[in-house]
Amino acid sequence: MNFFSKLYYKFRKVWKAIQLYLVIAGPGLVVMVADNDAGGITTYAATGAKYGYNLIWFLLLLIPVAYYVQEMTVRLGAVTKRGLAEAIFDGFGAYWGWYALVDLMLVNWLTLITEFVGMTAAFRIFGVPPWVTVAGVVMLMAIMVLKGRYWTWEKISMLFCALNLIYIPAAFMVNPSLTEILHDGIVPNLPGGFNGQLFFFLMANIGTTIAPWMLFFQQSAVVDKGMQEKDIPWGKFDTLLGSVLTVVVAIFIVVVTGTVLKGVDIDSAGQAAEQLMVSNHYVGAFMAIGLFDAGLLGAICISLASSWAFGEIFGWAHSLNQKIKQAPWFYAFYFFTLITAGLVVLIPGAPLVLITLFVQVIAVTLLPAALVFLILLLNDRKTMGDYRNTVWQNISGGFIVASIVVLSSLYGISVMFPNIYQ
Amino acid sequence: MYKRMKRLFRKIGEINNRYRQPRIEMSKGVVASLMFLGIYLVFLVCLIVYKFILLVQGVQ
Repeated sequence: MNFFSKLYYKFRKVWKAIQLYLVIAGPGLVVMVADNDAGGITTYAATGAKYGYNLIWFLLLLIPVAYYVQEMTVRLGAVTKRGLAEAIFDGFGAYWGWYALVDLMLVNWLTLITEFVGMTAAFRIFGVPPWVTVAGVVMLMAIMVLKGRYWTWEKISMLFCALNLIYIPAAFMVNPSLTEILHDGIVPNLPGGFNGQLFFFLMANIGTTIAPWMLFFQQSAVVDKGMQEKDIPWGKFDTLLGSVLTVVVAIFIVVVTGTVLKGVDIDSAGQAAEQLMVSNHYVGAFMAIGLFDAGLLGAICISLASSWAFGEIFGWAHSLNQKIKQAPWFYAFYFFTLITAGLVVLIPGAPLVLITLFVQVIAVTLLPAALVFLILLLNDRKTMGDYRNTVWQNISGGFIVASIVVLSSLYGISVMFPNIYQ
Repeated sequence: MYKRMKRLFRKIGEINNRYRQPRIEMSKGVVASLMFLGIYLVFLVCLIVYKFILLVQGVQ
């Protein structure tokens, strides 16, 4: 009897913890899964096609990288109740604030275009004209925000996060060899030796793991959700779970293309889906659906990141808990960025490839700055109190930030000058 | 249109005033980090401008 009562007590305790997590869950999970956006899917698909399973170990290393950077935004948001844009203005003055805000707006808008490029390419495979995809996405995203509740928006976003797992059944359908995956993928190795091309792929994978919009988005989402200091441990757990999930999905994409398309040069995830269609119709279809979902999740987060940041600085009402009448400028900005980015994709002959490359370059001008600001703000004893970075967090976080700054800069430079490492 | 632009510039002026002074303590580490950031960004802008000139000249 005593055993059963203890078991029941433990079950109740675990169940309560799960219930509590489900209330807090959201920002970390959504931002991390959305990290696998259209550009990310292309990078992972190309990595698998180029190097097979050989870089899976490298993807696993990206779990702590993503976690350490993003958990800082949870603490900063929960303690200061401010988004990152406002925190930068307040902490470092108007000069650095405007720099971050304008750069964020530009890079987010360009990234949003690339999400639409991914979504239209994915649905084109099923014969859907681009204008229908763009119109449908804008309508869907309007419905998600116009309910006037953060909770509704977040839960719908989490449904789309679940759809991101479609790559897992796709990987099982191509019958990969588990022995080969473990043999080639888990033991660190550099396929073909260290050369310019491999370096480019490693940098591209890091570049897709941490994007500037993720920092701004998660901190604003933490604030909009109303998370308090006491929620920080759950927020961290949410972020950790998201980090693991995003890398797991990335690994399954690598497994799909590494099994079926090894040795094929892949330029885009849409092209990978088309080629997969030839060998296995369902796997190709899953790849295309996953690409659309990835673009949609990216678009959902990026458009909000910009609107939140502008709302914070201009003093507009800027919460998803407010209706259009209460926060007209917030929603106007949201739809303006969304619709204009969608329209660019529909312009015949628009330089979409150039835009896709340009995103990487512009992101490099914002990411290091945002990361340095983040570390400095997390060390501000007056604001952060007991939640400021510890020495260990500064060492590990500082090392990760320094590595990201160096590698993402080299990646941006290699995008501008493709032959520089050859 | 003119009035709206005027209102926008007034708002930007207000924001500049509100955040005139950086609130974070400007320790040596912070100053050094911001200086590094400034130099880094100037370097990147120079690279982007250089690339733009190459593109205009038709060189890859």
